[in-house]
Amino acid sequence: MPTKNKKATKINTEDLYKISNKLKQTVIDMLLESGTGHTAGSLGTAEIFSALYFEILNIDPKKPNKKDRDRFLLSNGHICPIWYATLSERGFFPKTELWKLRKINSKLQGHPKINTLPGIENSSGSLGQGLSQAIGIALAAKMDGLSYRVYCMTGDGELNEGQIWEAAMFAPNKKLNNITWIIDRNNIQSDGNTEDIMPLENLKDKLESFNWYVIEIDGHNIEEIISACKMAKSITQRPTVIIAHTIPGEGVDFMENKYQWHGRVPTKKEAVEAKEKLNSII
Amino acid sequence: MLNTRLNLNKDVFLKDVKRKSPRDGFGEAIANLASRNKSIITLSADLSESVKLQEFKKNYPNRFIQTGIAEQNMCSIASGLAMEEKIPFVVSHAVFLTYRGWDQIRLSICMNNLNVKICGTHEGFSNGPDGASAEPLEDIALMRVLPNMTVINPIDYEQTKTAITEISKIEGPVYLRFSKAEIPSITTKDTPFKIGKADILTEGKDVTLISCGAITYEALVAAKNLKAKYKIDAELISSPTIKPLDEMRILESAKKTGFVVTIEEHQIIGGLGGAVSELLSEKLPTPLLRIGVEDAFGESGSYEDLKNKFGLSAHRIEDKVVKFLKEKK
Repeated sequence: MPTKNKKATKINTEDLYKISNKLKQTVIDMLLESGTGHTAGSLGTAEIFSALYFEILNIDPKKPNKKDRDRFLLSNGHICPIWYATLSERGFFPKTELWKLRKINSKLQGHPKINTLPGIENSSGSLGQGLSQAIGIALAAKMDGLSYRVYCMTGDGELNEGQIWEAAMFAPNKKLNNITWIIDRNNIQSDGNTEDIMPLENLKDKLESFNWYVIEIDGHNIEEIISACKMAKSITQRPTVIIAHTIPGEGVDFMENKYQWHGRVPTKKEAVEAKEKLNSII
Repeated sequence: MLNTRLNLNKDVFLKDVKRKSPRDGFGEAIANLASRNKSIITLSADLSESVKLQEFKKNYPNRFIQTGIAEQNMCSIASGLAMEEKIPFVVSHAVFLTYRGWDQIRLSICMNNLNVKICGTHEGFSNGPDGASAEPLEDIALMRVLPNMTVINPIDYEQTKTAITEISKIEGPVYLRFSKAEIPSITTKDTPFKIGKADILTEGKDVTLISCGAITYEALVAAKNLKAKYKIDAELISSPTIKPLDEMRILESAKKTGFVVTIEEHQIIGGLGGAVSELLSEKLPTPLLRIGVEDAFGESGSYEDLKNKFGLSAHRIEDKVVKFLKEKK
C-alpha cells in the first residue's frame, strides 16, 4: 500500500467490520430522522464503503481535493446515506450534518451533488451516468500522466440503463486500467427482483465479453473486497469490474432480500429493532 | 444602411458575395484554439468529419476522443474531463447531441456548473434533405431552460470563429449552435463580438427585428427590402446570445419602435421568440410577432425551399412584417 495510507493500513479486518456495523446503525438513525430515503442498498454496501474509505482509497479528509487522491464516484445516488455516513466517520465533515439529510438548506441532498460536501466527487440521481463520468476522470488522469485510480459504484438495477453499456464498451476499448467499477449486485430494484424485471444474468459473461477483467466477490466479506481491489490495480491492459454479491438490508433480518425495503425507511419501532439486531452481531 | 461602427461586410448584398459555412468556421477555430490552449479536448460521436474536426484530429490526436454513436456517454465523459480541469468541447449534430444527451447535459454538466462546451451543428433547416428527424428546431428551448447554461447561436462563419475563442474564456457550460449552410458573411473578423451582447445591424424607427443564427441573413435582406419597397424603417438587432439575453438593448429598441418581430430557425415556442416575449411581457408589453416554425416538424427539401415553405425566406419575412404592422397600427 502507498505510505500515505499508513494510518488506514493499521486498521485490521475486525475493526473494519465494527466500522461497517457502526455505519449501518448511523444509516438507520439518519433515515429515521429524515423520514424518506433508501434503506436496503445503504445497509447492503456498508462493508464495501468501510473497506474503501478506511483501507483502499488514497485519500486525506484534511485535503479532500488533493490532486493525487483516488476518486470515488457513486452512480446509484439513492444509496448516498451510506456514503455520507462513511465520509463523516472518516472525518470529512462533522457528524452533526448527518441529521439534516434531505431537509431544507442541508448539505446532505437526497441524491449527491458535487461541491456540497467535501469528498462528494460527483452528482447522481438519474441512473446510468456515473461510470461515464468516471471514464472522463480516468481519461484526464491518463492525459496528465497521473496515477490515481477512479472507483465507481453502480447498482445492478441501474444496469438496465443503456448508457451503462455505452460506457462498458468504451472503457476497455481505451484500455482504461485505472478504473475499478463496483457493481452492487443485490438482485433488487424498485419494482421487484432484478431477474424478474429485466434479467442481467449471465452478468459475468456479459462483462467479460465486453473485455472487462471481472472479479466476483461476497460483498460482505471485507478480505475479499480488499483483495479484489488490490487485484484490480495489477491488471494492466483493461479496466476491472467487481461484481459484489450483497444482501440488501444486510444485518437486519426483517429487511434482508426484500425489495420493498429498496425505497422505504424504518418506523421508530423498526429502527429500534434494527439497531438491536445490529448490536447483537458485534 | 449597415451600422458602420461594427465593421460589417460591405459586400453582403452583392449577388456574387462569397458564401461560407459557419461549420467550417468552427473547424478552423477549434484547431487554432487548441494550438494555444492545451486543455482543449474534443469529443465526437462518430461524426468528426461532418462537424469538421479533421484538422483538430490530425494535429492533436491525443486530445480527440471518439465515443462512437453514444451521445449520452459522450456528455457524461465530458463532465468527468471538466472535473479534472480540461475544457471539453462535445461536438455533434445539434439534433442528436442536445436531444439524446439532455439528461446528461442537465445532471452531469449543468448541475455541477462544469466547463463543458456543447457544440451543436446543422442548425435548423441546414441539413434539409435529411428531413424532419435531422432538423433541430427545439434545441435552443431545450438548452435555454437549463440553469447555469449560456446559449449562443452565431449568425455566420466569422462570428462562429470568434465565438469559439470567446466561449473558451468563460467558465461554465455553453451551448453553441451553428449552421451547416453556405451563407454570406454579415460580419468580418473585425466585427466586435461579446457574449451577452446584441448588435444593431441596421438602425431604424418603425419596427424592431431581432434575429439569431444563420437566418439573420434573410432578416437583413428583409430589412433592406422593407425600406426599399414599403418605406418601413426596420431596426435589425442580431442577438447571437439567447441566454443571457441583452435585455437593455432589446428594451431600448422596443421602446423606440413600439413593434417587435423575432426571427429564428427554430420553433416559435421556447427559443429566441420565447425569450423575447418573456422579457417584453414582464418589462415592456409591446406588440410582438414571432417568426419561426409554428409548432410543426420540418421535412425534406433544399435549404432554400425549406426556408421559403416555413416562412423564413426574406420575402416571406417581409410579408409577415408588413401584415403585422398593418394589423397592429
